Amino acid sequence: MANILVFAETRGAELRKVATEAVSVGRRLADASGGGEVHAMVAGPPGVAQKTDLLGRFGADVVIAVEHPALATFARESIAATIAARAKGVTYRAIVLGFSAQGRDLGPRLAAKLDAPIVSDIIDVEVAGDAFIVKHPAYANKVIVTLAVSGSPMILSVRPSAFDAVVAPRTARVDMMAPAIDPAASRVKVTQVIEGAKGRPDLADAPVIVAGGRGLKAPENFKLVEDLADAFGNAAVGATRAVTDEGWRPHADQIGQTGRQVSPQLYVAVGISGAIQHLAGMRTSKTIVAINKDKEAPIFKVADYGIVGDVLEVVPVLTQAVREAKQGH
Amino acid sequence: MKIAVCIKRTPDSETRFRINSAGSAIDESGVKFDMDDFASYAVEVALQMKEKAGSGEVVVIAVGPDSVQETLRKAMSMGADRAVQLKADAIPFDGLAVAKALAAELKSGGFDLALFGKHAFDTSEAVVGTATAELLDIACVTAASKLEIANGKGSARRELEGAAEMVEFSLPAVVTIDEGIARPRYPSLKGIMAAKKKPLESKPAQLGASRVTVKGMALPPDRPAGRIVGEGTAAVAELVRLLQTEAKVL
Ligand SMILES: Cc1cc2nc3c(=O)[nH]c(=O)nc-3n(C[C@H](O)[C@H](O)[C@H](O)COP(=O)(O)OP(=O)(O)OC[C@H]3O[C@@H](n4cnc5c(N)ncnc54)[C@H](O)[C@@H]3O)c2cc1C
Repeated sequence: MANILVFAETRGAELRKVATEAVSVGRRLADASGGGEVHAMVAGPPGVAQKTDLLGRFGADVVIAVEHPALATFARESIAATIAARAKGVTYRAIVLGFSAQGRDLGPRLAAKLDAPIVSDIIDVEVAGDAFIVKHPAYANKVIVTLAVSGSPMILSVRPSAFDAVVAPRTARVDMMAPAIDPAASRVKVTQVIEGAKGRPDLADAPVIVAGGRGLKAPENFKLVEDLADAFGNAAVGATRAVTDEGWRPHADQIGQTGRQVSPQLYVAVGISGAIQHLAGMRTSKTIVAINKDKEAPIFKVADYGIVGDVLEVVPVLTQAVREAKQGH
Repeated sequence: MKIAVCIKRTPDSETRFRINSAGSAIDESGVKFDMDDFASYAVEVALQMKEKAGSGEVVVIAVGPDSVQETLRKAMSMGADRAVQLKADAIPFDGLAVAKALAAELKSGGFDLALFGKHAFDTSEAVVGTATAELLDIACVTAASKLEIANGKGSARRELEGAAEMVEFSLPAVVTIDEGIARPRYPSLKGIMAAKKKPLESKPAQLGASRVTVKGMALPPDRPAGRIVGEGTAAVAELVRLLQTEAKVL
């Protein structure tokens, strides 16, 4: 029997998708190590304890609710200290979090605070006696490394979208917990949160990504990419480094080895050559579509479906066709 | 300002990897090694800060076998003032073990700022910088896409998923460096000559115990060969049909 602690991250008062995925991983690990409990910590402004139902739905037995007005923004030092304090009081076999901006910040802090081994960005995990066997993509996703981790607790961060959120209903009890250190007093203060494009999902969450490259020729032509994303309705917009370097799009939109790594259901590459550094960020997409006027472009080697043609002509027609297909549903 | 930059020597990112016959590691024959992308951005950021301030020191630190000296020399040829090798035959996959070695070195250094890449190309774990900060019990900002130090305080921008946050922090601090912050310079001939004379200290790495061990490595499955649906706008109808009926994503 082993209990698992999950950090279920929020943005504002909303649970993030990776939070439910992490809880599902926690449920699976607790069951596989003899049926322990899953304790899901949720931290945020007052009212966040109401996330109990959703966390219970994916298998949390206990919701540890940490409420404080200053937790409306991400108070990294306070949250790390609070998770560590909990893990010092209750024995956990593993602490599971998302490999997100928050998880990247918290995971290593916890490892150092608890002297715990950590593996980030895992895409698979199994319990094998005293050890956990995990898979982790390395070398810009070009190699899958299998690692054995021993020691309790161990810290595992899960790659967004790599694990399904599986419904496994529980009626979670709520355990209120005060922040271990004042969230308002920190050596790193968030002075401003700049919201991204409204109404569009993030690259990590979007089932469809439309990404544009230098083949679009000019920044104003990115409108074509945005229109296609709008036609899908649930799409995020990405870009290559050639485009972000030109300043056509913000760096945050860059997909690839030094940019974001994404695994959507559908990836549409518009005027993208398919350089190895770009492929490193998107080759795990389920279905890839490429539109490029050069039939020798390397992107066609990874694309499930390709159209050889000028994006300035093809994309508007595709946008119209997608719009019609969506309306036909 | 005294700035430490912790860099890692890793395979060239263009490498087409092969796995050794035991399935336990990458085959390193013919593979080029250098500091990785984020490490090179971190070196560049440190050099620009020193240039802007008109004074200060940039110290580059790497854990690893003697081959890392080549990488440290490269950083000095870009402009770093001196280098420290924390000698270890092999670098464990356990980020906390590595962080312990770096924290031990940084502790006595009197640094205002320690820069790291946001993650290393090979292990791709994003652990070492942040864990080092925590071991040192100093401020830490991860994945900064903009960074400024003024009047003994730092400010940075961090990209979140679908948003960004601006932060202010106290020094000393650890900052890990993300894409978009700077493009690394190439060493000049003068820089390469000067680097030969710059001090490079070597001492044993005080690595922590490693509790993460590599069981195996494999290449991800190849994507099945794709197909060209057609040319120009005439191919759109067929593409949409395939997305609906075959890929079922529409
Ligand atoms: C250290 C390092 C890290 C890097 N990291 C990344 C990364 O994270 N992400 C990334 O994307 N790149 C990265 N790169 C850059 C990468 O090597 C490529 O330069 C970049 O991906 C190319 O972008 P692109 O495909 O938009 O542009 P190009 O390579 O210029 O390709 C444009 C494509 O558009 C096609 N085209 C042109 N006009 C039209 C038209 N009218 N209609 C249709 N097609 C057209 C062309 O045939 C061509 O294939 C990195 C490079 C380095 C050195």
